[in-house]
Amino acid sequence: MFAYLVRRLFLMLVTLFGISIVIFFLLRIVPGNIVDILFAAAGYVDPADKANLEKELGIDRPLIVQYWHWISGFLRGDFGYSYVSEKPALQEILPRIPITARLAGLALLFSASIGIPLGVISAVKQGTRLDYALRVVSLSGLSLPSFWLGLLILTASVAMFGQMPIFNPNPRTWLEAFATYAVPAAAVGFRSAALTMRITRSSMLEVLRQDYIRTARAKGASDAAVNYHHALKNAILPVITVIGIEAAFLIGGLIVTETVFNIPGVARFLVEAIRWRDYPIVQNLVMFIAVVVVFANFTVDMLYAVFDPRIRYTD
Amino acid sequence: MTNKSDLVLDVKNLKTVFFTNSGLFKAVDDVSFTVRRGETLAIVGESGCGKSVTALSLMRLVPDPPGRIVGGSVTLEGTDLLALDEAQMRAVRGNRISMIFQEPMTSLNPVMRIGDQIVEAVRLHRNLSNKEAQNIAVEMLRLVRIPEPARRAREYPHQLSGGMRQRAMIAMALACRPALLIADEPTTALDVTIQAQILALILDLQKELGTGLVLITHDLGVVAQTAQRVIVMYAGRKVEEASVEALFAAPKHPYTRGLMASIPAVPASGVAAPARLNEIPGTVPSLVRLPKGCAFAPRCKLAIKRCEAEYPPLADWGGGHLAACWRAEEVAEVA
Repeated sequence: MFAYLVRRLFLMLVTLFGISIVIFFLLRIVPGNIVDILFAAAGYVDPADKANLEKELGIDRPLIVQYWHWISGFLRGDFGYSYVSEKPALQEILPRIPITARLAGLALLFSASIGIPLGVISAVKQGTRLDYALRVVSLSGLSLPSFWLGLLILTASVAMFGQMPIFNPNPRTWLEAFATYAVPAAAVGFRSAALTMRITRSSMLEVLRQDYIRTARAKGASDAAVNYHHALKNAILPVITVIGIEAAFLIGGLIVTETVFNIPGVARFLVEAIRWRDYPIVQNLVMFIAVVVVFANFTVDMLYAVFDPRIRYTD
Repeated sequence: MTNKSDLVLDVKNLKTVFFTNSGLFKAVDDVSFTVRRGETLAIVGESGCGKSVTALSLMRLVPDPPGRIVGGSVTLEGTDLLALDEAQMRAVRGNRISMIFQEPMTSLNPVMRIGDQIVEAVRLHRNLSNKEAQNIAVEMLRLVRIPEPARRAREYPHQLSGGMRQRAMIAMALACRPALLIADEPTTALDVTIQAQILALILDLQKELGTGLVLITHDLGVVAQTAQRVIVMYAGRKVEEASVEALFAAPKHPYTRGLMASIPAVPASGVAAPARLNEIPGTVPSLVRLPKGCAFAPRCKLAIKRCEAEYPPLADWGGGHLAACWRAEEVAEVA
């Protein structure tokens, strides 16, 4: 087990190293840098000024040197300065993380707490009207892009209440905080909930046919015990996998949702930083997201062993 | 006559049907039998003859839809199980009536420890703490002769062999000391050497606990070794019932005779083995389109006009030997 963990950790480092190279060079392939953008806005170009600024920001140096400068700083915890605000990148990124983390956490919580029970119900009631209704709802969840759903919610709330939910940066109570995040989280989590439901349903249908379910009934176990205790425990692995993958995809959904709902989280900030070619912000933020995704994957794999005794990670 | 209070199970005119796309079929049609305390009743027949559905009907575990019990009564220790509501039936299942299934490899929950699965069966029916139930679980595993029961109780099904798993299933089924145990082909999926051990174990425990046993099998050899009485089923119906001695001495139904003839005999030394095994020609008819008369008639060498026109009633040939055949007397003579 210990050797497995060491090997796994090493692989994660290699993955992150690969990601860092991809991020860095993809960003440099995109035409233009911040200096081009600034000077284009100003309307005239003095090549000497431009060269000076590029030198000052260090983007005139060879790419390898720039990469080394960034990655060695990253490992030391020195994330550089934002080109746009000229504040330390860390200072710009850190305060926005909790906002996005809450949003993503709530969206995942929605998707699991709604998707799993509905999936179980749909499987147990297979072929009934309830099952069909739930499947239609979940299909709509998969087909509606989250930004479209977000816009619909905003338009609907204006039409119905004459106002729309505004992001409240300093909620006074728990309830206010929940209200601030719940609507955008629901908009982005609806898709994951729908996907979770479908996977739970098909996985449950597979398990409910198994002999050990009949054994559980033969013992005199109740329907609830059979469905949730015996069946769900066996059906949960594919669901965990999907939720793990969704956790990564969520970042993409959040970029649009944060923009639609005007929420000052990392996802929207990332889009702005890309528009400005604000290299320190983009590089470090994407790296940070990559670390989160890689660890989410690792957690999912570890959860497999928790839920299924047949899975053991050996050396 | 048998003492009435001695009866554990009394099944009368049981009818279970399935509603399928190709029509309604009668999986169990008008089947009656009884089991006394400590007695073993074997139900014999080919695949698809309704023996497993009969067993599931007794447990009221026939999947609904598509199946449903549409008639008859199943009286266990004086209570008609078919009249109970689902909650009352749950209190009986695993408690007064238990079942062992054919497939030990897949009949245990793979993500639960063996001990916990037995504990669940105990605690569903007995008001015991987890600790007390754990002790019973280990005790049961010891009873079914699993070595190191305390350690095995903490293991998962995949860590046990097929024979061990079937022992664990038996332990689970008997944990609440049921009045009736149903064993649906309990040894079919096991190696021959393990088969004998498991059968011996079931019979020993049955004797020890006084449990009534319904043994479902297609293996007449198993029947001869274990049962006191036998019923033979064909196409959902009981076609013959007799004591084991009477059945093997003089089967009255041509189907039973066919089953016996198809057991390969070990040739005596110096005698050449027959070139071909005896078989019953044809296959079990589709239960959706059963012939009007005897369902076995199309495969029967003795069939006459009447067999195709009228279903023969179960007639008593003395000593409780019942057979449903118009030509039962001729069957005995042919033998």
